[in-house]
Amino acid sequence: MDKNFQRKDLLGIRNLSADEIKTLLQTADTFRDVSRREVKKVPALRGKTVINLFFENSTRTRTSFELAAKRLSADAVNISVSTSSVAKGETILDTAMNLDAMAPHIIIVRHGSAGVPHQLAKVSRASIVNAGDGSNEHPTQALLDAMTIKEHKGEILGLNVAILGDILHSRVARSNVHLLTKLGATVRVAGPNPLVPNDFCGLVNNGLTICPTIEDALENADVVMVLRIQKERMNDAFFPTMREYSIYYGLTKDRLKLAKSDAIVLHPGPMNRGIEIASDVADGSSSLILNQVEYGLAVRMAVLYLLSGGNENKEQ
Amino acid sequence: MKLLITNGHLIDPAEGQNSGKHLLIENGRVAAWLGANDELPTDIETFDATGLIVAPGFIDLHVHLREPGQEHKETIATGAAAAVVGGWTSICCMPNTKPINDNAAITRFIIEQSNRAGLANVFPIGAITKGSDGSELAEMGEMKTAGIVAVSDDGRPVPNAGMMRRALEYAKDFDLTVVDHCEDKSLSHGGVMHEGKMSLLLGLKGMPALAEDIDAMRDVLLSEATGAKVHIAHISTKGAVEAVRWAKSKGLRVTSEVAPHHFALTDEAVEGYDTSTKMAPPLRSREHVEAVLEAIKDGTIDAIATDHAPHHADEKNLEYDRAPFGITGLETAIGLAFEKLVHPGIIDLVRLVEMFSTNPAKIFGLEERGTLKVGSIADVTIINPDLEWTYDVNQTKSKSKNSPFHNQTFRGCAVATIVGGKIVYQR
Repeated sequence: MDKNFQRKDLLGIRNLSADEIKTLLQTADTFRDVSRREVKKVPALRGKTVINLFFENSTRTRTSFELAAKRLSADAVNISVSTSSVAKGETILDTAMNLDAMAPHIIIVRHGSAGVPHQLAKVSRASIVNAGDGSNEHPTQALLDAMTIKEHKGEILGLNVAILGDILHSRVARSNVHLLTKLGATVRVAGPNPLVPNDFCGLVNNGLTICPTIEDALENADVVMVLRIQKERMNDAFFPTMREYSIYYGLTKDRLKLAKSDAIVLHPGPMNRGIEIASDVADGSSSLILNQVEYGLAVRMAVLYLLSGGNENKEQ
Repeated sequence: MKLLITNGHLIDPAEGQNSGKHLLIENGRVAAWLGANDELPTDIETFDATGLIVAPGFIDLHVHLREPGQEHKETIATGAAAAVVGGWTSICCMPNTKPINDNAAITRFIIEQSNRAGLANVFPIGAITKGSDGSELAEMGEMKTAGIVAVSDDGRPVPNAGMMRRALEYAKDFDLTVVDHCEDKSLSHGGVMHEGKMSLLLGLKGMPALAEDIDAMRDVLLSEATGAKVHIAHISTKGAVEAVRWAKSKGLRVTSEVAPHHFALTDEAVEGYDTSTKMAPPLRSREHVEAVLEAIKDGTIDAIATDHAPHHADEKNLEYDRAPFGITGLETAIGLAFEKLVHPGIIDLVRLVEMFSTNPAKIFGLEERGTLKVGSIADVTIINPDLEWTYDVNQTKSKSKNSPFHNQTFRGCAVATIVGGKIVYQR
């Protein structure tokens, strides 16, 4: 077991130390090669069982976790529950305890309600990995974003990172703010005022600023993260129309010029092209959106590996 | 039937009493206060209250008893049993049963059931509007005749200021206090905890303090316009406190109550997503809790009421944003008041008794209660201010266990509860 990472669960970035984050990132680095080999498999988790329990739709995260488990030689089971626990007539705790009774080593949970992984972690023997809980956290996304940034910028310490869009509802923004400020970056957030509450500043003690405009946040940025606008939230009238959003808040080529010339652009996906991000930016030379997906696999292998206690067989 | 309570320290703020007296009860009423030199009757039942406080019985202005309709959460009998453990001799139950207490037949049913249960007195609160849906006035007059002591649409506050004005005007004809749960749902809709730093940190949807402030401001203005009695339920925000303070400075007929969890906990308790920290109004941030404590100290807040809201574990053990609002509170109120108000020196014992008994009786006009004046009904709460005890939710008399105070240790509690001259609970 790695002495720098001894947790039962990975519930969020917020409660991790900078050292724990670094250990996760270093471990992820060592797993990158595995996916580039002809035989993309190591026996590190042989004999272990990993359950993917997804209560929300997901393509990339679920696939990424599944492949991560399989490339570590774990037995992986996928459960997609599109309906809520209430509609099913079984509570979420019952579902989790039934799965726990089958003695898996790790349960990966995605749920639309904040705190579900935390609630499950209290009752399950298996390690719980948060794969996104409501508007709370998405720790593996922040880790893969960090890995992407490190790969292209060397260090996270001292970087200016702009996070743009629906800050209020974004679990990606929360996990990233925690991770980036813990590792010494300066984070600036901006978006339509109803989606960027003032109290958001209180999320961390320092290193986080709310900017009045997208342009202010972009000024001199090393890294630009664009968040997905969720069409399903349009009913709540946070802004008038998608069209107007794209005009005033979308990341266009012109706006990107405000950032440093070597700035990189990230998006957690799935993208709304032409709304929060223009296609020529998404497909442009600054964009690392597909690299993020590749690093995601390595990060998830590292998470599963460290939570299962590590294993000497890793490099075989 | 006689009962002599000897050697206690008698506190009765209504009578300006705060010293040692023996209390003689006969036929369910207070018969005499006896001094050190008076001859004590012998051969009658005696309760030795040496070292204890003898106070007029506690009156809880705000409980949910779930009967009729949701007896798996609580019945009138189990609610009354939990009440007397907490020192409450009377509890006033909100109308949000199934069906809603919006007519005299339901009111009479509740009163019959509570007579059958014995233990605490149960006083029903009627709905303001039919079905508490905010559109037509309920038959307040008939309900008053049947036994209601106030009206409220509690968790479904009247959203429309015009309707609220009519309700206040009409309630005034029957001298009924209108109790309002202040929450403008257009602001709080979908929220599950206090809006602020903690809600952002936990990724939960917030209910802004503003939702409570706006309704409280509206209500005090309506009280000024109509002259009707308005009681602000479970006050929890700085703005609502300021509204009540303003109303009192103008001499309006406005009163307010606070629930123990709103002075005992902040929104930081939501960390960990335990659904027994979820209620409406929600646990607020430190700034609001401090405003509430100040208002308890300066008298802006008149009463302590529990908002006891039992929910079955099967309903409460859900995702945080799906779990129902509400926590139990009858058994922990006195412990929390001692720990958070009396021991830190925010209020003294006289004020404690005022907030638990004297003022609640006045607010709902419960005659011959809230005092131990000779001739009044012998509802008595006997308090040990120094006894240490630990709350074990598994021993609760309530049917539900949704309390955030499990395993907490308190100093100070009710050691005996006397209703109509009869000892119904003894620790």
